[in-house]
Amino acid sequence: MQTASTLFEIAVLGPLFACMVAGLFGRMMGDGPAKALTTSVMVIAALCGSGALFTAMHAGGMPVVVQLADWIRAGSFHAAWTLRLDTLSLSMVAMVTAVSALVHIYSIGYMGHETTPTYRFFSYLSLFTFAMLMLVTSNDLIQLFFGWEGVGLASYLLIGYWYDRPSACAAAIKAFVVNRVADLFFMVGIALLFVEFGSVTYDNIFALVPAHGDDTYTLFGTHRIYETICLLLFIGAMGKSAQLFLHTWLPDAMEGPTPVSALIHAATMVTAGVFLMARMSPLVEFAPDTKAFILFIGATTCFFAATVGLVQPDIKRTIAYSTCSQLGYMFMAVGAGAYQASMFHLTTHAFFKALLFLGAGSVIHAVHDEQNMFRMGGLWKKIPLTYGAMWVGSLALAGIFPFAGYWSKDAILEATWMAHSSLGFYGWTLGCVTAFITALYSWRLIFLVFHGAPRDAHLHEGAHESPAWMTLPLVLLGVGAVLAGLLLAPYYVGEGQAAFWNGAIVNAPGNTIIATLEQTPELIALVPTIAGVLGILVAYLCYVASPAIPVSLATSLRPIYLFLLNKWYFDELYDHLFVRPYRALANLLWKGADEGVIEGIPHGLARMTAGTAAQAVRTQTGSIAIYAFTMLIGLVVLVSTLLVFH
Amino acid sequence: MTGGLGSIGIGPYLTVSAILLVLGVFGIFLNRKNVIIILMSIELILLSANLNFVAFSSALGDLSGQVFTLFVLTIAAAESAIGLAIVTVYFRNRGSIEVEDITMMKG
Amino acid sequence: MMTQIVFYVFATVLVLSAGMVVSARNPVHSVLFLILAFFNAAGLFLVAGAEFLAMILVIVYVGAVAVLFLFVVMMLDVRFAQMREGLQRYAPFGAAVGLVLLAELALAFSHWQVAQDIASVPHVVAAPGRTNTAALGDVLYTHYVFLFEACGLVLLVAMIGAIVLTLRERPMGRRQNIDRQHERTAADTLAMMTVPLGQGVAANGGFRRPEHSYYIASVPGSYGVTEEPVPQGKPVDKTAQGGHGTDNHGGLPQ
Repeated sequence: MQTASTLFEIAVLGPLFACMVAGLFGRMMGDGPAKALTTSVMVIAALCGSGALFTAMHAGGMPVVVQLADWIRAGSFHAAWTLRLDTLSLSMVAMVTAVSALVHIYSIGYMGHETTPTYRFFSYLSLFTFAMLMLVTSNDLIQLFFGWEGVGLASYLLIGYWYDRPSACAAAIKAFVVNRVADLFFMVGIALLFVEFGSVTYDNIFALVPAHGDDTYTLFGTHRIYETICLLLFIGAMGKSAQLFLHTWLPDAMEGPTPVSALIHAATMVTAGVFLMARMSPLVEFAPDTKAFILFIGATTCFFAATVGLVQPDIKRTIAYSTCSQLGYMFMAVGAGAYQASMFHLTTHAFFKALLFLGAGSVIHAVHDEQNMFRMGGLWKKIPLTYGAMWVGSLALAGIFPFAGYWSKDAILEATWMAHSSLGFYGWTLGCVTAFITALYSWRLIFLVFHGAPRDAHLHEGAHESPAWMTLPLVLLGVGAVLAGLLLAPYYVGEGQAAFWNGAIVNAPGNTIIATLEQTPELIALVPTIAGVLGILVAYLCYVASPAIPVSLATSLRPIYLFLLNKWYFDELYDHLFVRPYRALANLLWKGADEGVIEGIPHGLARMTAGTAAQAVRTQTGSIAIYAFTMLIGLVVLVSTLLVFH
Repeated sequence: MTGGLGSIGIGPYLTVSAILLVLGVFGIFLNRKNVIIILMSIELILLSANLNFVAFSSALGDLSGQVFTLFVLTIAAAESAIGLAIVTVYFRNRGSIEVEDITMMKG
Repeated sequence: MMTQIVFYVFATVLVLSAGMVVSARNPVHSVLFLILAFFNAAGLFLVAGAEFLAMILVIVYVGAVAVLFLFVVMMLDVRFAQMREGLQRYAPFGAAVGLVLLAELALAFSHWQVAQDIASVPHVVAAPGRTNTAALGDVLYTHYVFLFEACGLVLLVAMIGAIVLTLRERPMGRRQNIDRQHERTAADTLAMMTVPLGQGVAANGGFRRPEHSYYIASVPGSYGVTEEPVPQGKPVDKTAQGGHGTDNHGGLPQ
């Protein structure tokens, strides 16, 4: 166990060290050394992370809590800086460090054309990795929140990395603000937890959970307190994981460099919400209403994002909506009570979605920062390796046997089916439809980008395969996307899941959904795969065999097409609902309250003083006669006063 | 009470002194054209004060009043010397000693 | 009885002459009436037994201050005809203020009374047998000596102030530069000329001032002398100037 925790510490603290050194001394040490340092530290961290996972799994004896330092001590409230070793955190650490290391390597190639020094970029990447590790290794909600905000900050910095682009700055601010809205609920949830249990440490909370099942909380009516807390936590997770109503920031976040999209907005940060739900599973299990809500939101998001992704012309936005959709799947599993399945999908998704993003980045790199798919085409001969990677990623995403997505997506859909509830059926139906749409837009992407005639001869001429720095991660992730599901399925959701998770994820007594996954009817289990294959065929039909079909569809069903193209008009709705009233209010406060009242008072006082002084100056005529008279009249008045009052 | 004043008493002295004071004040108002008259009016006012001092000094048999009269005389002499010097310089510079012309006594 | 007559005569004349001081059209008359008022006030002092102060009033006020007023009034070239024009305009207002003041004083006077315990207040009393002057001296040089000294300082300041105010440097007259004068030699001053027989001084340019020495012997800044050192020009042949030497040294016409 000692080995595991040591490796664990190296994996967690290494990125912090790399971030500090590269960020603070990057200018001094130069770009090359900064890149080399951060990347090599990340590779070491990845090795240590994986090593920690394997040694811990062999040694057993989890969970272990390693205390690094005292953090907050205020009255009965106590928070320490700790690392928690259990299967959940170990698997997350291994996944995060691995993807992060690959993205670091990839970035060396991808950012190679930057004219400005990129040590800042690498420092931010390491900062993000550290914050994410803080999030997943936390032993209490306060440290989790610290990591939560840390990844938010890193996300903000990286989305706005090209700060000379106004759109990037706007996207960064949007991501930050939308997350802040969700974080408010999250914080209230944490506070409520502290009020209820007097502690924010997982072990203390979970030990008390079964005893307090009927506690209520009164605000706008009386509710069961677990429902309230879980709902608040879930709203926080919705913001971070871009679920419906709080998803608007994720597509815009694609303004950041593509490696960032791969690391933060596909593989790791956006899955923090799912992780939170899995981490809080002992509590969530006692909030059935919230679970239903989670299932509903997850299924709806899953469908919504897939439909929008179907019509986007931008290659990165398509994948971004795909991410959103896949996160919906994960929440669906949480809602159904199959946290293991959601963690499984989280892990496999990390591999194939990072692969897809990095592949998309490779395409963009090849065609010189062109992101519009309708200007590409016929690229497969130019960039065969990327082409292959995209095929592997898409196959995994669509859930084709034996690629990673097949195992995890099947597990989720089976779980929703086996939930035997109307909402579960709702989720299963939307999930299967979405599986079809997923395959459709994935192959739409592949066919548009790699097949057909080149739509832009100039772009096509200049296209070239990416350097080895970029193709190496693609190959490694491709291997992961192929094998992860096959290798991990027995541990995550299969026979060995109870031993593997070892109490890190809790299913309430009576929740046997994971155990009954295998009892799903054969036909039901086959539906997602069939839907996926069908999707590929339809995509072939539409975009290779007869490209006229999508055009005619878009013209004949123009309202629906526009509805989807404009992302269900969420941005416009929010603009009218929140942004404009807020802006009007801010304008009012600025012009009226601030300039009018707060500045007006001192300005008015100053003007009044000056005016009074100007009037008072007139009494100083400079005429000695008037001075003499004034003195004498003053004497008379003084004498009169004396006489009157004496 | 009438002490050193004999059969006259203090009342007439005070009356004369009050009339002198009022005449002095009146003179200041009256003369808008000549600063020197104003200076003389001030001398009259000071003289009325002196008269009061002396009258009370005699009535009470206390020499302090006379001593202070002496001091008042000193100050009055100094004041008129300075005042007249100022008037002279002012006239030399501006060619007038009209009170209404002196309108630069301000910052 | 006699005392009362003397008092009322002095008092009446005092009030009347004070009235004339403020109302006379001619400032010279005002000053003269002021002198008369001071005389009468001195008389009132005498009646009250303050002989020393009475004499001082006559000496200091009449002899010095009033005469100073007279000097100034006469020295300043003021057109007195215009001076009283504005008189009537402010008279009612001045009279009103004066009357209010008088009424108030009368009011105060009618309600005035000496404190009951006036006898118990320590008085500075003249020693028996001392004259007024001597008794005043006793008090002044013992009890009030610091105030007395302060009065002396006030007078000193007044004197200096008056001098500073009125003193002015006039660019008139030419003052000697003693050092330069001592440095003069005959060669600087004298020019030996051979006057042809039969010709007078006028024919040779007339009487002339010394070349430079006259000029440099003056203090710079005094009339007609610039601060710059005097140009030590070479001897000029006077006959070349048309036989008529122009004096351009002193600036004064001959």
